[in-house]
Amino acid sequence: MKIAVCVKQIPDPATPYQLDPETHLVMRPAEQVLDDTDRYGIEVALQLAAATDGTVVLVSMGPAGNLQGIRQALAMGADQAVVVSDPLLQGSGALVTARVLAAAIVREAVDLVIAGTESTDGYTGIVPQQIAEILGLPALTFARKVEHIDGKLRVERQTASGYDVVTSPLPALVSVTSGAVEPRYPTFKGIMQAKQKPVDQPTCADLGIDPGSVGLGGSGQSITAVRPAPARTAGTKIHDEGEAYLEIVKLLEQAKVI
Amino acid sequence: MSEYRAPITDMRFTLEHVAGLETLRTLPRFAHVDGDLLTGVFDEAGRFASEVIAPLAQVGDTIGSVHNGDGTVATPPGYKEAYQRFVEAGWPAAGFPEEIGGGGLPWGVASALQEMIIAADMGFSLCPMLTYGTVDMLSLHGSEEQKATYLGKLVTSEWSGTMVLTEAQAGSDVGALTTKAVPADDGTWRLTGTKIFITWGEHDLTENIIHIVLARTPGAPPGTKGISCFIVPKYLVNPDGSLGARNDVTCLSIEHKLGIHSSPTCVLSFGDAGEGAVGYLIGEENEGMRYMFTMMNEARLSVGNEGLAVSERAFQQAASYALERKQGRTVGGERGEQAPIIRHPDVRRMLMLMRANIAAMRGVLYRNALAIDLSRHLEDEERRTQEEDLAAILTPISKAWASDLGTELTSLGIQIHGGSGYVEETGAAQWWRDSRIAAIYEGTNGIQAQDLAMRRIPLGGGVAMHRLFEMVLGDAASLEGDLKPIADRLTEATEASAAVAMTFGQWLLEGRYNDVLAGATPFLKMMGDTLGGWMLARGARAATAEPAGYDPAFLADRIALAAFYAEHVLPTVIGLKGSCLAGAEGMFAIEESRFG
Repeated sequence: MKIAVCVKQIPDPATPYQLDPETHLVMRPAEQVLDDTDRYGIEVALQLAAATDGTVVLVSMGPAGNLQGIRQALAMGADQAVVVSDPLLQGSGALVTARVLAAAIVREAVDLVIAGTESTDGYTGIVPQQIAEILGLPALTFARKVEHIDGKLRVERQTASGYDVVTSPLPALVSVTSGAVEPRYPTFKGIMQAKQKPVDQPTCADLGIDPGSVGLGGSGQSITAVRPAPARTAGTKIHDEGEAYLEIVKLLEQAKVI
Repeated sequence: MSEYRAPITDMRFTLEHVAGLETLRTLPRFAHVDGDLLTGVFDEAGRFASEVIAPLAQVGDTIGSVHNGDGTVATPPGYKEAYQRFVEAGWPAAGFPEEIGGGGLPWGVASALQEMIIAADMGFSLCPMLTYGTVDMLSLHGSEEQKATYLGKLVTSEWSGTMVLTEAQAGSDVGALTTKAVPADDGTWRLTGTKIFITWGEHDLTENIIHIVLARTPGAPPGTKGISCFIVPKYLVNPDGSLGARNDVTCLSIEHKLGIHSSPTCVLSFGDAGEGAVGYLIGEENEGMRYMFTMMNEARLSVGNEGLAVSERAFQQAASYALERKQGRTVGGERGEQAPIIRHPDVRRMLMLMRANIAAMRGVLYRNALAIDLSRHLEDEERRTQEEDLAAILTPISKAWASDLGTELTSLGIQIHGGSGYVEETGAAQWWRDSRIAAIYEGTNGIQAQDLAMRRIPLGGGVAMHRLFEMVLGDAASLEGDLKPIADRLTEATEASAAVAMTFGQWLLEGRYNDVLAGATPFLKMMGDTLGGWMLARGARAATAEPAGYDPAFLADRIALAAFYAEHVLPTVIGLKGSCLAGAEGMFAIEESRFG
């Protein structure tokens, strides 16, 4: 089985993000790291590929930079990567991103597309579903467990109250929740091999995408203003006189945790 | 529980711009060690150390390894799983040559990886560290058959190794050991005796343990000239590589220690049950000490690395505490102000001492490691010898200076925490307790100082030491502009150290050995501090050139650290000169009986 995994390079979360004061876009240094939430999807893909003697191709969009984040993903064991890196794409919204990724995925003729649920620097959370729609694939979102049985996928979908079990024929798209699996740590050998693995870097033109349909102008949306998040307000103090646990239970119920 | 984040930017900067990795890159076997590779390897190793190993440290300290009474030792919860992942990820093998199944990284880079594992949990790190020694021993002196049998699984750390030297009456004086080895009919040997202080001598992390044991054969000459080296596996290995019978090696007990509680320090008994434990002679009879010395440099450097690594861990915890903890007002602050303690000059002094000394140690240790690499792989024989001599001088300094600093700086880490630092729950005291052993084992720091003064000063008729001082003075002379004050302090410290070295050299010729021995420890301190200043000065010079790929704030910090060290540490070097040259007379002025 050939599997595509959507991944993203993001600025190191350990350092505060800088926004361009004019465009309000995240400024991206040459050194970006792999979005940690992508590691779950990669792990699921690697396990499925190992079980089916398959391969894993990473698909990404954004400034390639020095490819540090992509190499991190390759070091986990993916076989190759496609990074659509084109200055024209700067400022693209979620739908454009989905179109571009879909165009890159189509060229790879894969049996399965895996993504995270949302990126850590953008948080739109809709790109996986959009890719599925564009490619005409069933979208199996928020998977907490993915199995390949008799040529079909069996997925446990996380829901607010539990999980649904769904099955689907292939090809399909699956979005994987954080914590679904324990991502492997790259091995020393994997890191050394990652340097040699093929990374294709097509442009919009290579993918046959109309330059007018991408970027800030082609996204049909604009950022009008950016405001800092409101400062955290002071919490509530509850003095325990032996009954405070009831308050905790009430709060947990309000949060629908129990 | 404090977190640990590997200081990968400083590690990379120190390798590339301070210690001189570029010379190593001119060699074909290390040409691939470029910036991308360092970043990739350091990133992932650092993540592994932070996420998998660092959380073990506190469990390892509070629970520790436990002797079960039946001769087995149980490691603390989580150790087995973490060790397994460590082996699977391939980190233990990264620094070995590819020829024996290693990752082919130079020792300089492997030192940085080792630093991460030690900083994450020193007790844990000792298990693979002892294995490295076993690998060196077998790859240098083992027979082809012995290499085929043991080396593969030791390189990967699937099996662990030990160094079995010490006996109750034979500590610093290894020559006094009495463990016996007698030949059996089949060409193997039978060992009997009791050894103590055997690090990771018994445990449940690996399916086999390969002991390297020093023992005496029948008719061996007394002292160090009569010591032979044996392989004694916990489980005998069948010809097909599978494990056979349990060998007659028993762990009688483990020590209750000040620190490194997860590292079982074992009393091992050989041949309790019958005619002796099965052993295999390494190389020739009576050559054991010579074989031991060939691996001494790496082992001593690794112990110096413990001083550095644990200081880094203590610094990270102390710095984050000093940023958060609010006490008292600053000079000129408003009444009622509660300022983070990092704003008080004396707290800042302690943090700066920690940080500057850590950067200084990292420079000296990496230069030491690269000297070992270069001494093995340079094409030119003369340059190879020069690097070998440099490594010989730097190694006792790296070991003793860095491990003493480890104790000193981890103590400052406690001090910064105030009363909370003395409370075990805070976790600041563990770093001090763990680091304390490094000044003792692998040759006490007193022995390192003796080695430096008695053997390294006369090396090559004093030429090797002279060349080192010339290198330092040359770099000092190249500093210009704002860096000139750093150059002046460095030059003064170097000249003071060189003057002591000259006098010691003269005294050695005159046979005044006790006078040299009496001043050896302050001399080693002078050398360490001076060379630390040298490395920081090189860092400042490199930072001024603004190399690509580094944040300007990081480069500015490197210059500030060098300036601080020049103002606060280098001047103290000159003050030690008097103590070095005082001679032994005053030290023995009070009659021995007056100490009773």
